[in-house]
Amino acid sequence: MPLKIGVLAKQVIDPDMPTAAFSIDATAKEVTVPSTIPPVVNGFDENAVEAALQIKDSQEATVTVISSGPSFALDVMKKPLSMGADELVLIQDDGFKNTIDSFFTARLLSSAIEKLGGFDLIICGRQASDWDNAQVPLGVAELLGVACISLGRKVDVTPNSVIVEKIIPDGYEVVEADLPALVTVSNELGQPRYPTLRGIMAATRKKPTIWSASDLDLDAASLEPRLKLHDLFVPERDQICEIIEGDDDADSARLLALKLREAKLI
Amino acid sequence: MADAAGILIVGDVIDGQLGSTSKELLAAGRQIANNLNESVSIALLGSSTETAGTQAIESGADIVYLVNNPALESYHIDFHLAALKSLVDEISPRIILMGRTAEGRELAPRLAFRLGVGLAQDCLEVSIDTSNQTLLANRPVYGGSAVAVVSCEQTPQIAAIRPKAYEPLETDSNRSGETVSFPVELDTSIAKTKVTNVVKEESEGVKLEDARIVIAGGRGLGGPEPFSDLQNLADILGAGVGASRAAVDSGWVPYSYQVGLTGKTITPEIYITVAISGASQHMAGCSGSKVIVAINKDSEANIFKDAKYGVVGDWETILPAFTETVRELTQD
Ligand SMILES: Cc1cc2nc3c(=O)[nH]c(=O)nc-3n(C[C@H](O)[C@H](O)[C@H](O)COP(=O)(O)OP(=O)(O)OC[C@H]3O[C@@H](n4cnc5c(N)ncnc54)[C@H](O)[C@@H]3O)c2cc1C
Ligand SMILES: Nc1ncnc2c1ncn2[C@@H]1O[C@H](COP(=O)(O)O)[C@@H](O)[C@H]1O
Repeated sequence: MPLKIGVLAKQVIDPDMPTAAFSIDATAKEVTVPSTIPPVVNGFDENAVEAALQIKDSQEATVTVISSGPSFALDVMKKPLSMGADELVLIQDDGFKNTIDSFFTARLLSSAIEKLGGFDLIICGRQASDWDNAQVPLGVAELLGVACISLGRKVDVTPNSVIVEKIIPDGYEVVEADLPALVTVSNELGQPRYPTLRGIMAATRKKPTIWSASDLDLDAASLEPRLKLHDLFVPERDQICEIIEGDDDADSARLLALKLREAKLI
Repeated sequence: MADAAGILIVGDVIDGQLGSTSKELLAAGRQIANNLNESVSIALLGSSTETAGTQAIESGADIVYLVNNPALESYHIDFHLAALKSLVDEISPRIILMGRTAEGRELAPRLAFRLGVGLAQDCLEVSIDTSNQTLLANRPVYGGSAVAVVSCEQTPQIAAIRPKAYEPLETDSNRSGETVSFPVELDTSIAKTKVTNVVKEESEGVKLEDARIVIAGGRGLGGPEPFSDLQNLADILGAGVGASRAAVDSGWVPYSYQVGLTGKTITPEIYITVAISGASQHMAGCSGSKVIVAINKDSEANIFKDAKYGVVGDWETILPAFTETVRELTQD
């Protein structure tokens, strides 16, 4: 039996967009970006796809990418397929506007996972670069009752278990869990592979499975919002920078040191 | 939980002492509790937590729960989670404050999910709307480019607070409080994960989190070698050395150097950046610094929006001259 791997991937606003392009619609309490800046697959989720494909490189495995959201840029979300993933499942529903609600998202994704018959291993990104929550995967693991290891920088599987190098503040831990398990990965896993031409061609032909909320049997209680958003604003930066200018760079450097000494900072 | 009341803080105990995150959370909790006219309790998990319990009272707690079971001796997510859930079920707090520490990053979301309630993640500030006992949490989103104000719709309301967002209160050895022993039963078969090895990759010299002065380098340094120049400067100043994610991703320094949203949060007196552009995700880890100094050749770089002092120019000339002057100045 090939190993069944599920990857959870989210479509997000490009975090590397120019600062000037970032603005907030105060009434809708939403971040807006010009349509010239296309969304991306969350960076850490590309690491998750890479982790899954590395496993698939060394043993028989299938990789299914699952995403939920109010709407999708299909060419963007097909990137994991062009990297080498086998299947794409999109849970799309207008009712998902409340993207801040991790509880709701986790509920939805875990129902989709169950509908797909479950996975031996689920790999997620450590956090989504929109709300930087880092909690949906922990919720999915709680709801499915599977082991959860977060912040992986290396993921290996044996026939029955997963072995993860988990990042800790001053190094790493080696953590093991029996399958089925859920793992989140960080960028320390390494650069995700680039799609190959063949991969891109194959991805063009693949049709994603598209479900709506009503395709997943969700009870009303799980749909109640858990969080309320009162306000969203851009923080003020009122710092004025004093630029130290000398005759040349070396002189400026000396003046900077003197300034810091004068201010008793060094 | 109709009659939920009080604030519960999930504490941390390090080598028998109350952790600094706990003291910060007690300061946040005290403020809310005073506004609500309710009490602050703290949960200390493990064994030999009595000393930390006394310190917690001195730092603002009214009630200390010594949650004990041999399985809680060292941190294990499944045991800590189960123990906390028992305590919460027993005492029904209105609000739970946790630290977004390495452990809290897992514990807080999983506790919230297990209780079926929401979580205000990674908060910088919490306050209370006394008209409806709602906890309002300010939290950076989009890498710190925006701030969201959120509240939880269910009880208990849970917030995970970023370390160093609050100053601990002055300790007061005259404060009084109650200590309650809360033994829990734990089925050791619930452990789903096992740590088989721990590998430390400490950065050399002064610890980043504790340093009064930090010097950090970015992608503009162009390679690993300049980090030894930063280390030289740091040695003169007794400073710690940090880095941007771009420098870490390039393999120039280990992850333990990384400052930022997904690295360390630091609050030094002075933070000197060399060839770092000042992306919001980097600033998320250092914006609590008292004074930021920027050395960057691009006068339009974002870092100059946060810096108090800056030099626009090439680090290759600036750094040696700066280091030399610092050496002279600090000698006498
Ligand atoms: C979800 C997420 C989490 C992230 N977490 C973090 C994090 O924790 N920490 C972090 O740092 N980043 C983080 N980032 C990345 C962040 O967005 C930036 O990409 C990163 O901080 C850039 O690093 P840098 O400033 O070194 O590089 P660049 O942005 O490339 O800046 C290099 C700077 O060096 C200057 N320079 C070049 N040559 C010279 C010279 N000779 N002399 C002087 N100056 C020179 C340039 O003018 C430029 O300003 C995260 C990103 C995302 C999406
Ligand atoms: N809407 C979503 N669809 C698919 N995966 C998601 C979604 N939201 C979060 N995830 C996964 O959970 C991780 C952490 O997200 P978050 O908790 O929102 O920071 C992401 O990196 C994804 O792997």
